[in-house]
Formats: sequence, C-alpha cells, structure tokens
Amino acid sequence: MASSTVAAARVGPASRGPARRARREATSGLLFALPAILFVVILFVVPLVLAAWMSLNDWPLIGSPAFNAPDNYVAISENQLFLSSIWFTIKYTAIVTVIFLVISLALALLVQSTRPGIGFFRTAFLLPAAVGLASSALLFYALYNNEYGPLGDMLRGLGLVEGNADFLSSSEAAFRSTVAMVTWRFAGFYMIIMLTGLQAIPVEVYEASRMDGASWWQTLRSITLPLLKPTILLVLVLSVTGSLLAFEPFYILTQGGPSNSTVTMVIAMFREAFTLFDLGSAAAIAMVLLVALVGINVAQLYLLRDKDPK
Amino acid sequence: MTTTSTVPGRPAAPPRSQGLRDRVRRRGLTRSVTDAGFYTTAAALTVLFLGPLVWSAWASISGPRATGGTGGIGTNNYVRLIEYGAGLERYVWNTTVVTALTVVGTLFVSVLGGYALARFQFPGKNLLFIGALAILMVPHPTILVPLYTMLNWVGMQNSLVSVALVLVMFQLPFGLFMMRNAFEGIPRELEEAALLDGCSNLGALRRILLRAVTPAMVTVGMFAFLAAWNEFLTPLIFLTDGRNFTLPIALVSLRSGELGTVDLGALQAGIVVTAIPCLLMFILLQRHYVRGFTAGSVRG
Repeated sequence: MASSTVAAARVGPASRGPARRARREATSGLLFALPAILFVVILFVVPLVLAAWMSLNDWPLIGSPAFNAPDNYVAISENQLFLSSIWFTIKYTAIVTVIFLVISLALALLVQSTRPGIGFFRTAFLLPAAVGLASSALLFYALYNNEYGPLGDMLRGLGLVEGNADFLSSSEAAFRSTVAMVTWRFAGFYMIIMLTGLQAIPVEVYEASRMDGASWWQTLRSITLPLLKPTILLVLVLSVTGSLLAFEPFYILTQGGPSNSTVTMVIAMFREAFTLFDLGSAAAIAMVLLVALVGINVAQLYLLRDKDPK
Repeated sequence: MTTTSTVPGRPAAPPRSQGLRDRVRRRGLTRSVTDAGFYTTAAALTVLFLGPLVWSAWASISGPRATGGTGGIGTNNYVRLIEYGAGLERYVWNTTVVTALTVVGTLFVSVLGGYALARFQFPGKNLLFIGALAILMVPHPTILVPLYTMLNWVGMQNSLVSVALVLVMFQLPFGLFMMRNAFEGIPRELEEAALLDGCSNLGALRRILLRAVTPAMVTVGMFAFLAAWNEFLTPLIFLTDGRNFTLPIALVSLRSGELGTVDLGALQAGIVVTAIPCLLMFILLQRHYVRGFTAGSVRG
C-alpha cells in the first residue's frame, strides 16, 4: 500500500524492521479508528442483532420478553394495516421517483448554463432542502388549510374548483398533496446531484456532437443520458430508499388518513411499536423492511450495472 | 470520471475552437430569445420554490391572530409560540444541545476515522468501512426500536445525549466517506515533512492536515447540523418528557392542538423560528457545501 511510503521516509531507530513498522502502523490506525468502530458496533451492529432477536420474541414495551418464534412473522401476514401499507408505499415510491428523476434532471439542465444570476436560481431551487422535512410538512399542512392557507383561494380564483378545495380529505387528494410537498422539498437536492454529474461531462463531448449536427434532443438522448448514468443511478437509489422508508410526510401531513389510506410501511411499524406496545412485532416488520430494502438495492445495482465494462 | 476519456469522436483542438466560434456567432442571433425563455422559466420556478417560504414568513406576522385584529403586521403569533408548552426557549435550547453534540461528535469521529481509513493499514479496516456504509442500507426504524430498548436498559431513555449519539451514528457513512476522500486528496509530502520534524501522527493531523481538509469538514458539519436540527423520528421515539422535546416534535404537538383547535398562526411562527438557522447556514456555507459535495462525488 502507498502508506508504506510514509514509514519508509521516516528514519531513525523507530523504523527498524518492516514487521515492527507494520505493527506500529496498525496500532496507530486502530487508535484513530477506535471512536468510529465503537459507534458502529455499539449503536449499529448490536441493535441490529437485537432487532433480529426481538423479532423472535413476544416483547412488550413494559414487562419481560418471552420466546415465541415465529409468531411475530406469522402475524405480519394477518396485519391488514401493514399489508395494505406495502402496496401504498410501493406506489408512492414509484411515482415520486419518476417525478424526482425527471424534474431534477430538467432543473439541472436549466441551471447548467453560465448566465448571469444563475447562482441565485440554483440557491432558490435548493433552499427548500434546507428546511426540515417535518417543518415542510407542517408548512404545507397550513398551505392546504382552506380557511387559513392561500392555495384554496388561488384555485377558486383560477376557476379550477368550486367551494372548498379538497387537499387532504380524500385519499387521492391527500396522496397528491403529499407528493407535491415532497417534490418541493427534494427537487433542488436531487438537482444539485444531477448538476454535479452534468458538470463532470467534458465540454469536448458536446462540441463533438454539435459538429456532427446533432440536435439538442439527440445530444441529450445519446450523449448526456448515457454519460450521466452513474449519477442517475445514485438519484434512483437515494429516492427509492428514502421513499420506501417515508415517514414524516404522511405521519405529519395526512396523519395516515383519511381512514388509514395513506399509511406507509414505517408508519405501520411505528404504530405496532408505540401505539400497540408490541416491540416484537415491530421488530419483525423492521427485519422484513431491512431484507426488502437490501434486496431492492442490490437488484437496482445489478440491473443497471455497466453491461459493457470498458 | 474515467469513462469520459474514452468517449469516441473527441475532436482535436482546431475544429473545437472553430466550433466555439460558430457557436458564439449563432448565439448572437438566438441569444436574446433563449435568454428570455430561460429567465421566464427560472423566475416562475423561483416563485414556486420560494413562494411557500415567503408565505410562511408573511403569515406568521399578518392576519387577525398575529395583530389582534388591528390590521397591518403584529407579533402575537410569536408571543403565543413563546408561551406554548414548556416554552419556546426550552425547545430551542434542547434542539441546540442535540445539534451541537451531533455536529461536534460527527466531526470528531469522522475526522479521526477518515484519517485512519486514508492513511493507515490496520486489521478490520475494510470491515469498518463496509459496516459504516451498511448504516445507509438499514432503515433507521429498524435500529431505533432495539436502540430504544437498549437505552432503557442503561437508563439513558428520554435523554438528549442519547438522541445525539444515535444521530452521530446516522451521519457516519457520509462523514467517514467525505473525510476519507478529503485526506486521500492531500499529498503525502505535507505530513511527511512534519513527521520527519518529529511530529507525531496526531500532531501532524492537528497542526497541518486539519487546515487542508477544512472544506470537507464544513460540508460534513453542515449536513450534521441540518440533519440534527430537523430530525423527527429519533427524538419522537426516544423523548417521552415534553420538557425535553426538540423543535420539530414541539411543533407537531402544537399542530395536534389543544381541545380541538389548532393555532396555525403560532405554527407558522414556529416554522419560521425552526427554518431560519438552517436557511442562514445554508446560504452562508453554500460555496463550501457545493464544492465539498462535488469533490466527494467525483472522487467517489
């Protein structure tokens, strides 16, 4: 490894013998890495193992646990709230991911230029990402309020609705309203990722395609998108992972309603643990989520891998 | 990115400069048209993105509940917010404690860990890196439920320190990755000179390398700040005593209302109070943030 050059450059009695040097390096490295190792082991590996163990037990919030495997997993198949949340979460993930991909790419292409004032627009689009997801959800909750927020009045003014606008009172409207909020909150964030990818494409490539007389659309399709693939993949994985685990948008904005029609998988798990006080069942759902998520991410990376490695 | 250098049809220099000249000439004709289109679109989008924020700020100081019915603007919403629950200052303090601990903890662990990953060979090195990246793959709720149980065992439930410790762990994948890349980007000669002068590894890190990785530290610190200040699920699960609530939790319980009435005016005031530190930090550090982010992802 390259790090041996440091040791080799060092002279004096301390550097006698390569084995001793390697040992010293290992000790220093371990010491520097120790805090990180402690955090990963105590706060991540141990809880993960405990989650697996809890899922095999009847584990009430208060009281002593008792081994009952595989009851918690069997119970999942009868948990109507969780089962319907699976389909809802998948639908939400698919729709939101497509929206994120299209809008963030469009925004990135828009602000890619070097016109005067471009920095202002980039900041403006990115600013909602600095607002917390909980605050964003509360902000839109007020925006969607017919008496208090301006959106209802605006829609009436445009003649799009009559009477009270329906933002959160039917399940379709609640879904749409949440998607709008999430798009507002995340579009700029994904735009910056796309922009980073776009800027890594050398100008020469575009020049070449222009020389060949390619139109803007042809350039986008056959030059930009293929070269942007790693970035698109990153956005895809981030969006799919984040959306499958969506909690705040629905927990705060729609509160899972109306009549549990917008309950996501994580909300279902949260209720199992902290409304029904059944930590064992919640852990079982958590384990299912974990396996599903790892599987989906591996599948995405596999399906979209570079098929012709250069 | 390495793939870009293998793109076929990369032109030699002369046609390129000619292409540039062509482009400049063509631009002269169509520039004003495309510019008008660009600025119109960008301005419309700016209204869409900034509109909700501007409205929230305006709604917090206007309307009958803000002014007491006198018209114009008023601060009544803020007065009611200050008196809500355990008191606004309590919630701001709690959030500040969690955020400060998270930022300091994340930087401490990531800088040392990133340095170790970039510069040393030690047993378990790859395991540590994979373990940290695995944190990204595991749903937060999956570990929050057992963590809640563990914290009960050691009597650390309902504590702001516990929330911060867990948030540091959630920040580790990004922090370690960024810091490792930052340290790898520094030429070794820089610390070799210090080591030759008899500096210890820690001394070289403290005196010389930290200055070189400051942009990455700003990025990691800012992400930790935004994540901790706005975190919702972790404090929601861990904190049971209303006096310990952080701002997002307090705001959501404010929205849940007392006796069926929701004070949307005070809620807007709360959103403004919560958002302003984040927006300020974001705008002030944007240059660092975008640069650090770009460096990290291109190198990754």
